Formats: sequence, structure tokens, C-alpha cells
Amino acid sequence: MALPKVCGIETEYAIAVRGAENNPVSASSLLINAYVAATTNRRDGRVGWDFDDEQPANDARGFSMEDAMAPEIETSLVNAVLTNGARYYVDHAHPEISTPEVTTALEAVCFDRAAEEIVRRSMVFATAKLAASSAGQPEVVVYKNNSDGKGNSYGCHENYLLARQTPFGRIVAQVTPHFVTRQIFCGAGKVGCELPGVPDDDVPYQLSQRADFFEEEVGLETTLKRPIVNTRDEPHCDAQKYRRLHVIVGDANMSEVATYLKIGTTAIVLAMIEDDALGEDWLLANPVPAIRQVSHDPTLRRTVVLRDGRRASALEVQFGLLERATKYEQSHGLGCVDDAVGADVLTRWEHVLGGLERDPASVADTVDWVAKRRLVDGYAARHAVAPGSVRLKAIDLQYHDMRPARGLASRAGLATLVDPAAVERAMTEPPATTRAYFRGRCLAKYPDEIVAANWDSMVFDVGREPLRRVPMMEPLRGTADHVARLIDESDRAVELLERLGS
Amino acid sequence: MAERTHKPKTSTRSTETEEVVDTATPVSESGEKLKAELDDLLDEIDEVLETNAEDFVKSYVQKGGQ
Repeated sequence: MALPKVCGIETEYAIAVRGAENNPVSASSLLINAYVAATTNRRDGRVGWDFDDEQPANDARGFSMEDAMAPEIETSLVNAVLTNGARYYVDHAHPEISTPEVTTALEAVCFDRAAEEIVRRSMVFATAKLAASSAGQPEVVVYKNNSDGKGNSYGCHENYLLARQTPFGRIVAQVTPHFVTRQIFCGAGKVGCELPGVPDDDVPYQLSQRADFFEEEVGLETTLKRPIVNTRDEPHCDAQKYRRLHVIVGDANMSEVATYLKIGTTAIVLAMIEDDALGEDWLLANPVPAIRQVSHDPTLRRTVVLRDGRRASALEVQFGLLERATKYEQSHGLGCVDDAVGADVLTRWEHVLGGLERDPASVADTVDWVAKRRLVDGYAARHAVAPGSVRLKAIDLQYHDMRPARGLASRAGLATLVDPAAVERAMTEPPATTRAYFRGRCLAKYPDEIVAANWDSMVFDVGREPLRRVPMMEPLRGTADHVARLIDESDRAVELLERLGS
Repeated sequence: MAERTHKPKTSTRSTETEEVVDTATPVSESGEKLKAELDDLLDEIDEVLETNAEDFVKSYVQKGGQ
């Protein structure tokens, strides 16, 4: 049976400073430091990230690129761990939040929304700090998108837990059709095109922010020659038992339902692959051209060539995957993604595909590229503006503006899934169902006794030598069921560690 | 060779789908109402859209990330 699909989302946000020097690294640091300073319960600022076990150069195909790659880990940049179990840090000149580990797509949406609210609050704190020390009205502005229209891209990554013994070759082959075609409901839309030599007129509007940037079928790179399937093998947990699939191909979504479907459908597809229940009916002949072609076709009618020579549209591939998933629910159950959430994902998946097939406008309340296009086309018609013009590109960017007073997505009539009170709680309280619970509760309760934390361990200072490192190699241990009472009853970390040890 | 029968999906999950439709897009709304909603939305966009689109788009540059 497939393992519970523990998952999480890492979002690299875009950042710009108005009215003052626009340096993204210092702006990102300011953003995060301002939030941490305003919200910390520690005497001496934030808890550091423990880099000891990071191994981004390990490739899932069985080798390490240690010597060949430049170090990815910037230990000197800001790196905070929050009481909801999330990591908030500067990565390649972007502020980035990795949500805590969760077990369902619904929780993933809740913590992704919490990350957005953390960023919104950070903008307010950072802008206030900047205003205190600069003339004029400087402002720190953050965007949740993946493309600057000038050839630069930054990611919204997903992570999913799989059994280590799942053959990596099977994963690569069988998840690719979903990665290439799911953009029909989770693409965030884009005005124009980033492929060198392709004029904007040829592609006035496309489904995905990211599709133009994918050049390989599989590989270790994340910043250039991006692969549809990333082979990074850094499980941050017991590497004998587990694999973490690091997914870089998706767009950042403003629509909660789009995020929900992105995570929910992918978790089910991966569960089927793990149980060898998906099969190879929908393998694509040429995934790299296909991902661009699907993105460049808002009519959703063009077909791509499959490995066996048939042609199919992205919609047909998705209907095929849904049909498999429906059979899988009957044969295996969806316990690994939560039965109720899994059933709801299948229902909404069918609904969105049916809507896209009949009339894409009918899903403007759930699909970001449709919602954005409605604004772009409506504005173009009202102001007699040509396709691809700079004002339409401004709408594209401003759709992702995180400021409540300016962001267009929040005005576009998108449906919501998560109760705002739950989002507010998720900004400071960790999920109950994974090791993030232990991490977040300890950070909240013993702030001055924790020296460092990362995904799979925490380092405590119990007042005497040596420091105590607690390994957390099992993503599903350290949950509320396991440790809530122990933490509630332990006033200090030293007591907790004694209780854990016994 | 696997059967390939794509037909427009008749729902195998009829009750849930109806519930979802009720809470999702109001597909039964008249075209007039939808147009009015869009007009209101465009009015709002006109108010909040960046005043100098050209400058904004030109100056929006990010470093490549992952």
C-alpha cells in the first residue's frame, strides 16, 4: 500500500522595493528579519537553520554531483524556523517559505495560505522599517508568481513522500504525463512568451508561467536547463525507507482550489505509481515540446503525440488519469491521501475537467489562468488595447501582487476552501499530523533552549554541555498524538528530553 | 493496448458533483449579470492598476531562482 503522502509546498516569492534602493537580497532579508523581530518570543532573535545534513547534490538516479556543482547552501543568508513548523528564508535573492509537512491537500492549502499571510504581514513590518530610515514613501512589495517577463524564472516547488523502493525510472516515466498536462487546471496564466526568438504576437496568452523554462525531461538542475522531473535525492528523513520527490514544474497559484487540485491530484498519481497501479497508457513521445505546446494552446484542443503513436489532447490525458484514479479508489482506497479529501479531490478534478471541456469561462472561479484571462481580455476590450501590450503585462504581474490594496487575484471572484480563522491559526500553530508538530510546539514553548532546527532534527541547549540533538527521521512521528501531552507537561526542554528518552 | 475511449464524462459521482456545482460557478446566471460583474471588476482594476504600466513592467526584474 502506498505510504501516506506527506507533502509540502516551497514558494519563492518575487520582491521589489519602490521608492528606495531595489536590492532583492537585502530586501528579502529585511522582509524576513522584520517579521521575525515583530513576532519572536525569543530573547535573542531567531532560531538558526542547521545545515549539517543538507545534500542537494545527491541524484535519485544513484550518483552525487558534489564536486561538479557550486554549493547551493548560502549559510550566511537569513534563515528562520517559525512556530508553525515552516521555514522562512532567503534563497537565490528571493524570500521563500517552505510550509511545514502535512498529510492532506487541504492542510497544504491551509499552510500555503498561512505563508501568504505571513508574507503580507512581513511587507507591512518591512515597509514600516524602511520608512523609518528613508525619505519619501518607500515600500516593499512581494509577488507570488514565477516569471518576470525578462527570461528569469523562480519556482513554486512541491514535495511528496514515497517509499524508497519505488523504482525511480517508473516515477519519471509515469508522472511526466501529469506534470505536462495538469497545467490546464493549475496553470497561473501568462501574457506573452519567454522562448528566445518567439515574438509575443505568436503567443499572446499561455496557460503556464513556467512551461517556457523547461528544457529537459529529467535531471538534477533547478536554475537552468530545468527538467520536468527533478532528480534531487535529499529525503530529509530515513533514506532507507523513504524518497522525497521534489517537484519544480508547477506554477504558484493564487486560487485555493487550484493549489488544492495541484497537490491533491499529484499525490493520488504518485500513490498509483507507488502501487504500480497507473500503467503507461498516457506516456508522451516528447515531453519537453509537449509542455510548451500545451501551455501555448488556451483552446485546449491541440493534441500531442503519445509514446505509442496515438495523439491526445491534454484534456484527454487528464481524463485518462482521472479514470485510473477512480479505479484506484475502488481497488486500493485513498487512505494514503485521506479518504474524504481524496474523494473530494476526485470530484473536483472531474468538475474542473468537465468545465474546461465545455467552456473554460465556467471555471473562472477556480482556475488561475482562466480568471486572469478574464481580466486581461475584459480590460483589452474596454480600453481597445492590443494583445500582448504592456498594460496587459501589467495586469498579469499585478494579478500576483500580494498587497491587499493592489492585488488583482483577490478581486477576481476566486472560490475559497479554507476558513480564514484556520489560516490565522496556521500562521503560528503547526499541523498536528506530522513531525512539524514537534518542531513548532518546541519552538513556541522552549524558544530560548533551541539552538538550531531543520527538517529532520532539532538541537537543544539544556544549560550544560553537550548540546542535545534530537533526530526526527520519521515524518509521521512527533505528531500531536505522540507528543502533545509530553510537551504540555514539560515546562523546560530538559524535562521533555528526559521524558522522550525514557 | 489499453482501451482508449474518451467520451465526454458522464459523472460516476453524480451527487457530489451536483453539490460542487452549487457552490462553484453560478452556471445558471444570465449573461447580463455576468457582464455586469465583469464591468464592476474592470472598474475596480482601473482604480488599482499601476498608474504607469510601461515603467512598472520595464522595472519588474527578478533574479533567476529555482
